[in-house]
Amino acid sequence: METAPLLKMSQISKTFPGVLALDKVDFELRRGEVHVLLGENGAGKSTLMKILSGAYQKSSGEIELDGVPVSIKNPRHAQDLGISTIYQELNLIPHLSIAENIFLGREPSKFASVIDQRALVRAARELLKGLGLTVDPSARVKRLGIAEQQMVEVAKALSLETRILIMDEPTSALSQQEIKQLFATIRRLKEGGVSIIYISHRLEELFELGDRVTVLRDGRSVATCEVAETSKPELIRLMVNRELTEQFPKRQATIGEEILRLEGLTTSGLRDISFSLHKGEVLGIAGLMGAGRTELAQAIFGVEKIEAGQIYVKGKARRITSPRRAINCGIGFLTEDRKSQGLVLRLSVGENLCLPSVDKFTSWGMVDRNKEKLACRRYIQELRIRTPSLKQKVSFLSGGNQQKVVLGKWLCSEAEIFIFDEPTRGVDVGAKTEIYELMDRLTAEGVAIIMISSELPEVLGMSDRVLVMRSGEIAGEFSANEATQERVLQCALMA
Amino acid sequence: MRPNGIALRQNFLLHHARQLGTLSGLLVLGLVLWVLTPHFLTLSNLLNVAEQATIIAIVAVGMTFVILTAGIDLSVGSVLAFAGVVMASALHAGAPLPFALLAGLVTGTVCGLVNGLLITLGRLPPFIATLGMMSVARGTALMYTGGRPISGFSENFRWLATGEVLRVPIPVIVMIGIYAIAFFVLTRTKLGRYTYAIGGNEEATHLSGVNVRFYKTVVYGLAGLFSGLAAILLTARLNSAQPIAGMMYELDAIAATVIGGTSLLGGEGNVLGTLIGALIMAVLRNGLNLLGVSSFLQQVVIGSVIIVAVLIDMALKRRGKYS
Ligand SMILES: Nc1ncnc2c1ncn2[C@@H]1O[C@H](COP(=O)(O)OP(=O)(O)OP(=O)(O)O)[C@@H](O)[C@H]1O
Ligand SMILES: [Mg+2]
Repeated sequence: METAPLLKMSQISKTFPGVLALDKVDFELRRGEVHVLLGENGAGKSTLMKILSGAYQKSSGEIELDGVPVSIKNPRHAQDLGISTIYQELNLIPHLSIAENIFLGREPSKFASVIDQRALVRAARELLKGLGLTVDPSARVKRLGIAEQQMVEVAKALSLETRILIMDEPTSALSQQEIKQLFATIRRLKEGGVSIIYISHRLEELFELGDRVTVLRDGRSVATCEVAETSKPELIRLMVNRELTEQFPKRQATIGEEILRLEGLTTSGLRDISFSLHKGEVLGIAGLMGAGRTELAQAIFGVEKIEAGQIYVKGKARRITSPRRAINCGIGFLTEDRKSQGLVLRLSVGENLCLPSVDKFTSWGMVDRNKEKLACRRYIQELRIRTPSLKQKVSFLSGGNQQKVVLGKWLCSEAEIFIFDEPTRGVDVGAKTEIYELMDRLTAEGVAIIMISSELPEVLGMSDRVLVMRSGEIAGEFSANEATQERVLQCALMA
Repeated sequence: MRPNGIALRQNFLLHHARQLGTLSGLLVLGLVLWVLTPHFLTLSNLLNVAEQATIIAIVAVGMTFVILTAGIDLSVGSVLAFAGVVMASALHAGAPLPFALLAGLVTGTVCGLVNGLLITLGRLPPFIATLGMMSVARGTALMYTGGRPISGFSENFRWLATGEVLRVPIPVIVMIGIYAIAFFVLTRTKLGRYTYAIGGNEEATHLSGVNVRFYKTVVYGLAGLFSGLAAILLTARLNSAQPIAGMMYELDAIAATVIGGTSLLGGEGNVLGTLIGALIMAVLRNGLNLLGVSSFLQQVVIGSVIIVAVLIDMALKRRGKYS
């Protein structure tokens, strides 16, 4: 690496009203390297990348590309400079097709700007094939799951003449299989001379993929080092600046009486699901994407229509036909897609936290804002949500902190049965441990938890029992001792 | 919270920056008119303006609720006319005053609730449901009266428009009262909280256990209720209930709401802005009249003001001057 770096960002600062998000950050990118950006939730990773991609304007600092100072005006300008981004929050247009999304704004046209649909679809199919994806390019994006949408974003970035590709937590919603594919793609891109900036909270990925790593903490860059010369504990220390305890807490809850039982539950996508859940228990649900895990959660929560079967809460048969009823039965559901299902982005942190439980703070239709504030403060502290105030719009929080708000929302509702669908998506190592500890504390208080997760280690580490789902059915059940990575995976793939 | 940057407290001013912007627009407009025509800034004229603003301002309260849920109500003007003639014929049939007033309010509310049910249970887009109601309510009012106004009421009833307390006309007092209540409802009550939440993200709100259908229906019912209230004041002022009353009021109400900073996408805005928006429209009309501008040109000016107001608002928003 004798030549000047491809990209040099020096002394970058960025302030938002009430927040100093970046404080004189330095960052360098070499040609053809995968450079990992690491840091806690709210450390400023996404903000730094948004400045590079023209979505935000820096407050101060310099950016040099190929040794030439540039000022990046807007996302279009960044694209012209060869910088493309896959954002943490996906940005596709649901009603357009995959092909149309990929080439949005750059549609091949024949004459008089009539779009050449055939060429569009053909080009899209090429790109998708390169990614090992077999979906129909003329399918609408809203029909796709999060994982597939992510792949469309990757294809979109590839379709541009990209020199620098920024990926903000691209794997947080992907399955093992898809991650493997993505990594293969990244390696291929790298060989083709593309430089990649990669943000992830999964440290294993960094060692598998990264050449160098830069750690941000509280909006400052604290270190840049070669991946080969560093270690996991060292990186964690750099990131959080304190000692972390054992990742999975020793479970201390005693398992009590049955609190939830499903008998022969059948919906359009589920067949004959039966299991029971006990107080103080963590029931893990593993399975591949599309195995029906989220649908199961939705059925229990009154979102999916139940065609046959029965749900018993505390021994009583209950007809749960709406989320309202589910909440009245003491059930809370942390949805996997925080942007569309978990949060009202235009409302404040406080308002989001209290949404399912406004009733508790209401008398005669009036909300007691002092009581509400107290409750919110408590959860903000307990979960260490990083926000300048309760009134901050939740859309201005970092991804991981938004996830914590969704969590807090259900804690605040004081449910007795929690369904966690991907609870640690996008949260940093420290916060992950905090969430695990929280789950432990909840179960010790007698709460029962159903945990759906694509991260096998966390399912295995936290659950007292693991159910494995495959194509809408329960394919196997393992106790904590029996459950191993191989067994569960094998069961999820085929019996 | 761990130390992360400077934690500035957001205060009232920052929170209401948008409304202060609209308010300064109103003040500038007033200043210009004062320079152009000294008569503008007399107490009698200002009260006159306030009275002119009342009808649209009251209708616009309901519209603000509806738009906050990311909906729209095109039927408010027609519902006003319908409620007006129902109440008027009750009065002419000799019904006691409170009963007649109640009949007007109930008529408006029922129309609104029907809108709400068509939207929530019938799953119609608000635009379509209320477009239908706009035509049905107007047609019913016309059929019911044979197209003729119902005129001539008792002094008692007309006092609702002509009466004054400490020189302030009754309608202005009613308007202020309504805005105070609406502000309270939106900021302090569950209904208000849910109104914003539904407009911001209906699915997430539903998944938080909120009975979205119920609250949406209530909001459209409120819009109908306010149309009924406006009908009472208008009928009392004109001493006549006309089946063609309230034409285009839906557009004026939408304009007042939008000038006041409520986002048509829902979830953002408040009634203070709407009140200022309604006042801007009234001041503008009044000023143009004082200046002797022809009614044709007035339409052009008012339309342009709406567009410019929203353009300025969007430009400021993009610069991040306020959230
Ligand atoms: N538009 C905005 N307005 C106000 N504050 C913002 C805005 N965007 C980000 N912030 C704040 O800046 C800080 C850094 O946020 P950023 O999104 O860069 O974090 P991150 O490192 O990407 O975290 P995560 O791992 O959770 O995604 C946070 O405290 C966040 O609340
Ligand atoms: Mg981020």
